[in-house]
Amino acid sequence: MNLDDFKFTKEHEWVKVEGDIGIIGISDFAQKEFGDIVYVELPLVGKKVKKGDACANIESVKAVDDIYTPISGEIIEVNEELENNPENINKDPNGKGWIIKIKIEDNKEIENLMNNNQYNDFLNGIS
Amino acid sequence: MKKTKLNKAHYILNGKMVEFAGWDMPIQYSGINTEHNAVRTYGGIFDVSHMGEIFLRGKQALDAVQYITSNNAAKLKPGNIQYSALLTKNGCFVDDILVYMLSENEYLLVVNASNIDKDYKWIKEKAVHFDVDINNESTDYSQIAIQGPVSEKLLSEFTKEDLCAIKYYHFIKGEVKGIDSIISRTGYTGEDGFEIYIKSDEDTASKLFLDLLDKGGKYNVIPAGLGARDTLRLESGMALYGNDIDNSHTVLEANLSWILKLKKGDFIGKNILLKQKNEGINRKLIGFELIDRGIARHGYPIYVDNKEYGTVTSGTYAPYLKKAIGMTYLPVERTEIGTKFQIQIRNNKVLAKVVETPFYKRDK
Repeated sequence: MNLDDFKFTKEHEWVKVEGDIGIIGISDFAQKEFGDIVYVELPLVGKKVKKGDACANIESVKAVDDIYTPISGEIIEVNEELENNPENINKDPNGKGWIIKIKIEDNKEIENLMNNNQYNDFLNGIS
Repeated sequence: MKKTKLNKAHYILNGKMVEFAGWDMPIQYSGINTEHNAVRTYGGIFDVSHMGEIFLRGKQALDAVQYITSNNAAKLKPGNIQYSALLTKNGCFVDDILVYMLSENEYLLVVNASNIDKDYKWIKEKAVHFDVDINNESTDYSQIAIQGPVSEKLLSEFTKEDLCAIKYYHFIKGEVKGIDSIISRTGYTGEDGFEIYIKSDEDTASKLFLDLLDKGGKYNVIPAGLGARDTLRLESGMALYGNDIDNSHTVLEANLSWILKLKKGDFIGKNILLKQKNEGINRKLIGFELIDRGIARHGYPIYVDNKEYGTVTSGTYAPYLKKAIGMTYLPVERTEIGTKFQIQIRNNKVLAKVVETPFYKRDK
């Protein structure tokens, strides 16, 4: 998959920008580390979040993890399909496994994130 | 960190290693879901060498076992195994254990890894007046658990012993791949299976583990870690020391009255438990399933009639049943099947209901 349009955080979330909307999910590295995802707790649509807020929860059989939003704004859509198919995050983390969509407030927050090459370098540094 | 004699094999198998009770152990290999369902459907092989083996030998071995455990060991014959408990004088758990009768004056107690030192000290102290030698031989023994419907078929490729003749909670002494073993038809998964105790060096133990997996491949048998061991035992409604049973809950409260034999002679905890049995208990360990969405986990607060009552003792997503289940203590008058209560998951209170345990029972 071509990830040139994706921006990443050190916490392994990604953002993909479509117009003034930021789509947010977790990286392939993150889903592999986490293992089989069996439950996703989604936020309410309409909720306003600030960069760094916990905005969703994913759970594997053994572990729970918060997902932190890399950008601020209003949550305009959540991926309800994950409620019945949480494994979509494992199967297709950058596609069907998207988690929330946020109306972008501040484009600078996105500029400061890592691009795919930088993120891969970052992963090489930590592994 | 302590290492079992199979440690190298876990690295060869690319297990995800974690510290558990001071041991370097695999939490998973291919994934908890996969391993869990492999054990339910075909088979899985576990390293459970971290479990403890404490031997009681001598003229008064039976008397000592009777005094320090809750079940009636006098019912055992050589080759029999019994689930039992070491109790405090308050009738609460020091540990839950398996008692193996090896011969007339020789018993093996298999104890939880996290409790080996505590139990050994406890047994020596409490059995001091009996003519018995007590030895902690935990480091000598490796233990491999073969669990799942194909267990007997797989293990029969490694031994000439008649495995079919070993009934549930029975054992024999015999050879597995030429290694002297205790072959025990027991497990902690709710499936048919065996636990093999061997006293051998690292290479021999690791090789047996890897060979079992190698031959098991054709039956879809895979290595399984502590993660699956925990979800399998919980799905089968089995209590875990440190979670569901501990030194603040009695054996009656833990709903384990079947391992409490008050009519046998004196034993530690008897007086209090006699009293509690007559007066009745206030709280009882139950199994629950979530009605609302979510997964309840160990330590999450529970609410009965909107009042905080206790916490979830064990909770997980059950990979075979595909639902969120758990155990907790509830006021005894609220333990009827179907009774609803609440569990706080993060900022929300979600609804749960009391269900029958075991949550999962295999077809026999």
